[in-house]
Amino acid sequence: MSKRAIIYIRLKEGVLDPQGVTIQRAILNMGYDAVSSVRSGKFFELELSSDNAQAASQVDDICRKLLANPVIEDFRVEYSQ
Amino acid sequence: MKFGVVTFPGSNCDYDAYAAAKLLGEEVTFLWHQSSDLQGADVIILPGGFSYGDYLRSGAIARFSPIMKEVVEFAHAGFPVLGICNGFQVLVESGLLPGALMRNDHLRFSCRFIHIRVERNDNIFTAAASTGDILKIPIAHKDGNYYNFTADIDALEKNGQILFRYCDSRGNITPESNPNGSMANIAGICNREGNVVGLMPHPERAVEDILGSSDGLQIFNSIKLSLARGKKLERA
Repeated sequence: MSKRAIIYIRLKEGVLDPQGVTIQRAILNMGYDAVSSVRSGKFFELELSSDNAQAASQVDDICRKLLANPVIEDFRVEYSQ
Repeated sequence: MKFGVVTFPGSNCDYDAYAAAKLLGEEVTFLWHQSSDLQGADVIILPGGFSYGDYLRSGAIARFSPIMKEVVEFAHAGFPVLGICNGFQVLVESGLLPGALMRNDHLRFSCRFIHIRVERNDNIFTAAASTGDILKIPIAHKDGNYYNFTADIDALEKNGQILFRYCDSRGNITPESNPNGSMANIAGICNREGNVVGLMPHPERAVEDILGSSDGLQIFNSIKLSLARGKKLERA
């Protein structure tokens, strides 16, 4: 446990990501052929005032209620110093 | 009857909604986002715009403003709530309506007249229209791509919750007439109970011929008609 939560938000499998599709098209137009698919997402860093289990539970709540839209997005939390 | 129009920081269609209600000859008041008082309004409109700069996701921050707590209670009590464009986004984010509004499939902001078909007129907000009516109404959004799980789209269909669909000028539901990639050409839906309605097109911007269309009046007239029929519009 530490005082920084790093949060990754990504679209669920199967949800179309028009931005990812457009970026991949740009990559192909640039002449690179090594990329077969792009998925875009969001990234947040939360500085925590404490590093106890209660803080972690709050981070989980915040992700569920605010940072991610559970209808279309999944999230993953990592903790680091 | 009294309309309440919520103003969030970044709302920009609140005055249009206000003017549309005034055009009906009804009383209307603005409701500030920081307030917790619905001021005795009988119907609440969440207007279009870019509440809180559309930060995070459209509607995601507005949902937590003090006035929304009251609006959610009002909706759960069965009173009518209409969300237009950003207001629709706020309604899905707050869980009053199912699904999500994602980035348009073509990634562009679209601002133009489109056509929508009224799918049913047994709702407070469509009572003055006929099922199958084709309304010419403008859209102005970048995040209007209605998404839900296939099973939930089927449930919306089965429960009669799809109120408006994008169509061509003759009422045909086609991929070409879909301006944003919405599943099943969905332009507007209601909750199971029917008292909460959200749509991406802007009826309040089409209430006088000089604006290019007055078809949006159908929705405002419907509210008035429903009241006359004694639907649950007066606050207990």
